[in-house]
Amino acid sequence: MNRDDRIAALKAAARERILILDGSWGVYLQRRGLEEADFRGERFAAHAHPLKGDFDVLCLTRPEVVTEVHDAYFEAGADIAQTNTFNANAISQADYGLEGEVRAINLAAAQLGRAAADRWTQKTPQKPRFVAGSLGPTNRTLSISPDVNDPGARTVTFDEVYSIYAEQARALHEGGVDIFLIETVFDTLNAKAAIKAILDLEAEGLAPLPIWISGTITDRSGRTLSGQTVEAFWNSVRHARPFAVGLNCALGAELMRPHIAELARIADTLVAAYPNAGLPNAFGEYDEGPEETACHLEEWARSGLVNILGGCCGTTPDHIRHVAESVEGVAPRELPERPKALRLSGLEAFELA
Amino acid sequence: MRPLFVNIGERTNVTGSARFRKLIEAGDYPAALEVARQQVAAGAQVIDVNMDEGLLDSARAMTTFLNLIAAEPDIARVPIMVDSSKWEVIEAGLKCVQGKAIVNSISLKEGEAKFLADARRCLSYGAAVVVMAFDEQGQADTRARKVAICERAYRLLTETAGFAPEDVIFDPNIFAVATGLEEHNNYAVDFIEATRAIKQQLPYARVSGGVSNISFGFRGNEPVRRAMHSVFLYHAIAAGMDMGIVNAGELPLYDEIEPELREAVEDVILNRRPDATERLVELAPRYKGGKSVEKTPDVAWRAAPVGARLEHALVHGIGDHIEADVEEARLAASRPLDVIEGPLMAGMNVVGDLFGAGKMFLPQVVKSARVMKQAVGYLLPFMEAESAGKPRSSAGRILMATVKGDVHDIGKNIVGVVLQCNDYEVVDLGVMVPADRILDEAQRVKADMVGLSGLITPSLDEMVFVAREMERRGFDVPLLIGGATTSRTHTAVKIEPAYQRGSTTYVTDASRAVGVVGALMSTSERPKAEAATRAEYARIREQFGRGQQAKNRTGLAEARARKYAIDWSDYRPSAPSFLGTRAFGPYDLAELVRYIDWTPFFATWELVGRYPAILEDDVVGEAARGLFADAQAMLKKIVGERWFEARGVVGFWPANASGDDIVLWTDETRASERARLFTLRQQMAKSEGKANLALADFVAPIGEGADYLGGFAVTAGHGEAEIVRRFKAAGDDYSAILATSLADRLAEAFAEALHHRVRAELWGYAPGEPFDIEAMLAERYRGIRPAPGYPAQPDHTEKRTLFRLLEAEAAARIELTESCAMTPPASVSGLYFAHPEAHYFGVGKIERDQAQDYARRKGWPLAEAERWLAPILNYDPERAAA
Repeated sequence: MNRDDRIAALKAAARERILILDGSWGVYLQRRGLEEADFRGERFAAHAHPLKGDFDVLCLTRPEVVTEVHDAYFEAGADIAQTNTFNANAISQADYGLEGEVRAINLAAAQLGRAAADRWTQKTPQKPRFVAGSLGPTNRTLSISPDVNDPGARTVTFDEVYSIYAEQARALHEGGVDIFLIETVFDTLNAKAAIKAILDLEAEGLAPLPIWISGTITDRSGRTLSGQTVEAFWNSVRHARPFAVGLNCALGAELMRPHIAELARIADTLVAAYPNAGLPNAFGEYDEGPEETACHLEEWARSGLVNILGGCCGTTPDHIRHVAESVEGVAPRELPERPKALRLSGLEAFELA
Repeated sequence: MRPLFVNIGERTNVTGSARFRKLIEAGDYPAALEVARQQVAAGAQVIDVNMDEGLLDSARAMTTFLNLIAAEPDIARVPIMVDSSKWEVIEAGLKCVQGKAIVNSISLKEGEAKFLADARRCLSYGAAVVVMAFDEQGQADTRARKVAICERAYRLLTETAGFAPEDVIFDPNIFAVATGLEEHNNYAVDFIEATRAIKQQLPYARVSGGVSNISFGFRGNEPVRRAMHSVFLYHAIAAGMDMGIVNAGELPLYDEIEPELREAVEDVILNRRPDATERLVELAPRYKGGKSVEKTPDVAWRAAPVGARLEHALVHGIGDHIEADVEEARLAASRPLDVIEGPLMAGMNVVGDLFGAGKMFLPQVVKSARVMKQAVGYLLPFMEAESAGKPRSSAGRILMATVKGDVHDIGKNIVGVVLQCNDYEVVDLGVMVPADRILDEAQRVKADMVGLSGLITPSLDEMVFVAREMERRGFDVPLLIGGATTSRTHTAVKIEPAYQRGSTTYVTDASRAVGVVGALMSTSERPKAEAATRAEYARIREQFGRGQQAKNRTGLAEARARKYAIDWSDYRPSAPSFLGTRAFGPYDLAELVRYIDWTPFFATWELVGRYPAILEDDVVGEAARGLFADAQAMLKKIVGERWFEARGVVGFWPANASGDDIVLWTDETRASERARLFTLRQQMAKSEGKANLALADFVAPIGEGADYLGGFAVTAGHGEAEIVRRFKAAGDDYSAILATSLADRLAEAFAEALHHRVRAELWGYAPGEPFDIEAMLAERYRGIRPAPGYPAQPDHTEKRTLFRLLEAEAAARIELTESCAMTPPASVSGLYFAHPEAHYFGVGKIERDQAQDYARRKGWPLAEAERWLAPILNYDPERAAA
């Protein structure tokens, strides 16, 4: 299958069933007990910065570990793998002195994901597998000042964020991903920079890929870190005409449900959710077991709220296996027909019907 | 939210608002933000931001302002309309808004290629777009051309650029009518008819426009302009106009425009007769500045049954017939108590519902409360006579106090009245109440809740102390925090952590108080409300903590090196007409009335809007007019019967700056120091060319000229306490609060009047400055009068030096409390600076190096400085000391 065929197959599959995304990478990689030397490999043996903790660089230095994670999740029943590139942008990699390696990391990550997915598609042709190129939020924010005394201050500009996303998206595209996944959006303006960067790739002659945007509701307030409600967030990103929109991270399934239900009501596209395995305990670990997560998500599926399910922090292949099994055969959410209206947003949604 | 017509706020536009332009030019972004905030508060559903001014770096101003708005949830909740004729300014704006914005505007003026490129760029930022009816030939003025251009643009946008039709808004150009040129006469009709056609032919597209253009010919005659806007909108909306850039707060209702004027305006708008313009021009002067005639009171309600009459009296605050009506109800009831619990409470519930729904406003509610008190007062003797009469149970008992060291209580009184209206029993301990007394009383009366109020910054510390005492003494009732200097952040960061046994809630204003108290009194709502508040405050603390870590600050030495540099060699200071002090009083109250700034008066009553436009506001206008009429009537008595006495004192001294201090000399020899005023310097990181200001920068340094400094203290509050006590004793809280709010205004007016005299005569550096109240309130004059305790010098204790110099206690009978609040509360004091470049600013937060330096200069231990400066410290003193 070439990429056009795969995208057609992805859209067809989404009409038929609830698609399964993979789960957390952190838990899996941490369990491997990787040390500084693993992260450095030969390529960065002499690198001036410590690299332990830069999971994305493993795409270059321990590619077999990355492949192992992909295999574990595909084996568990995932339809879609995320590339190991959550932090593979020039802003985040600058913390490790690897901003010059962004292209290499993304290219390698996309290729690893592509190879694993293709292998599994061959193994189970009735269940084709896909690769979503992950674009994380960076550790800078365009809407919030770092200084309470100077609310107008910003540590980064729109143009900077735009260009680091353009660089990342270009390499992911070239490496063969099927989807762009702009995820863990805590500041919608960062996401808008990513969207613009991706839309502008078309002008460079790159074929458009489906876009999936996943926001993060940070707490019970029901708002993103930058202050938007779910509906305001949707109005802000709808111009990307995304293949899917959803939420991930920060909350476990229980607390995420009302916000997913809201999105399910208003979004005239696929709705995706990949919550954490509950909330972290006092040691920062996630206690929610695979059965429990699956039980919540199955209820969402049966209530017709979702089209794509997966896991974020604290989830394991076992979680994904349970989720995949418990929603098998459950019909995906039907897309709502919404009347056309001028829909704007500030922190809150505005509609002129 | 599904509005029928969208009001787009127009005042954050430098081309449309001279005031906003001046604020932006002066870099006064805090005040500019206030403009935006007021617009949203007044009901703007979208705000238009325009920085197109030749002398401005428009893209930069747009970026700065929108980034600041992003930090203000009250403003940022609404969508932004990014307005510019330059694409780079629009793009700069789009890079700062996380929401879905509107671009205003793009057009076919420079051809299809440019139009499509702009449209695609808007699309990539996710913005909706306003398209002007403008093409290569120019702006469309006829209906046919307007429709043709819009149709062409619509096809290009939806078929070529990939725009969703619902994201397209057309502006078919509103041009001035009644200009005297015949070819302009049909412009309004052209717009209205084009609107109708666009809405029919171009599905989902919207129509907008800049409404004030229509009346350009009547500049200077606001009533006629407003009538024209109102009539124009009435017809344009009917034809399908969806939104407009309009000062919504100022529009009269179509139905309420004087019929004669309305007809003349309508003739013009609809181009109904050839002589329409002449007729309106002839009629217009009669309406200039005129208010509509007073209506005769409507007496039809007197014919209704007694229950309905009581409700009407309560809702409309009419006390004239209340006793007769209550008597009638009492005779019909089996017990007097039944009258209270029946028709009277039912009436008050209606009041509460209307207030909650935003259909009644504070002044009206307080009047209702007065009528209720009158009614209950009438029934009391009957209830006492009735042996079975036991005390009525209330919805809850709230104890309120203004904390120790603070004398301001108008906000607290208003909250008290509103709560009483909602059947709560309010125990008000008054002002300057120490913590132990507040808590003793709370225990004694078994208060369900404690509310603390304060206006000046030292009160913040005192509130933390009360909270800590509540914790220590084992209280667990909810604690409410309110007052002008309090804030959600302060409550979350400082007060709430001190009181863990019970909950702490910040109450923004009286309108919110009922909801907050209601939730906290309800056994089912309370856990939810408390948990939500706790979670919110935890988040605020977290955000605050995060914000504290990253800093972009300037050390004191560097800040001083970046002081505001005035070329003193070029400046010849004027000598004041006298040195030392001069007392004024009793000052003529009648003279002060014309100096009153009414806008803050309405704000006190939680009516948002500028005077005089607020009187015509279609939401709060009725409430504002009622309040204003009552205020005028009372003002007449205040002046005529000399209820209050105004006293003031002014002083001038030879002065020179010495570093950040201002030295006042005993005489012109400038050899011996009489006193020293201390000033604080800004320490925020500033861009190149911007100074880190301190007030001392505005006085010539030693050796650079014979400069001077002035000071003043004024009050209009002598006699106020007695008047207020009398009203309260008579159960008339409305008049009591009205009297206090007028005393405050008169004190401010006194400060304004005296400053005018200082400029023109007493110091005399601006001789012959005319009386122009608008210019004065807009601070368009030379020199400033900053007050200790306010942003330019946040240290309240400087008032002690000022009061000593002025001998203010003897000269004006104003005293300072231990927290440096002035009493009587209706008092104002400050310093006079004369230099033409002197201007207001905010010191903002300061660093430890300056706190140490300031303590050394003032001869204080560091801890003392940190206590007085607590609200402006940019560090945690406890952590810094550890």
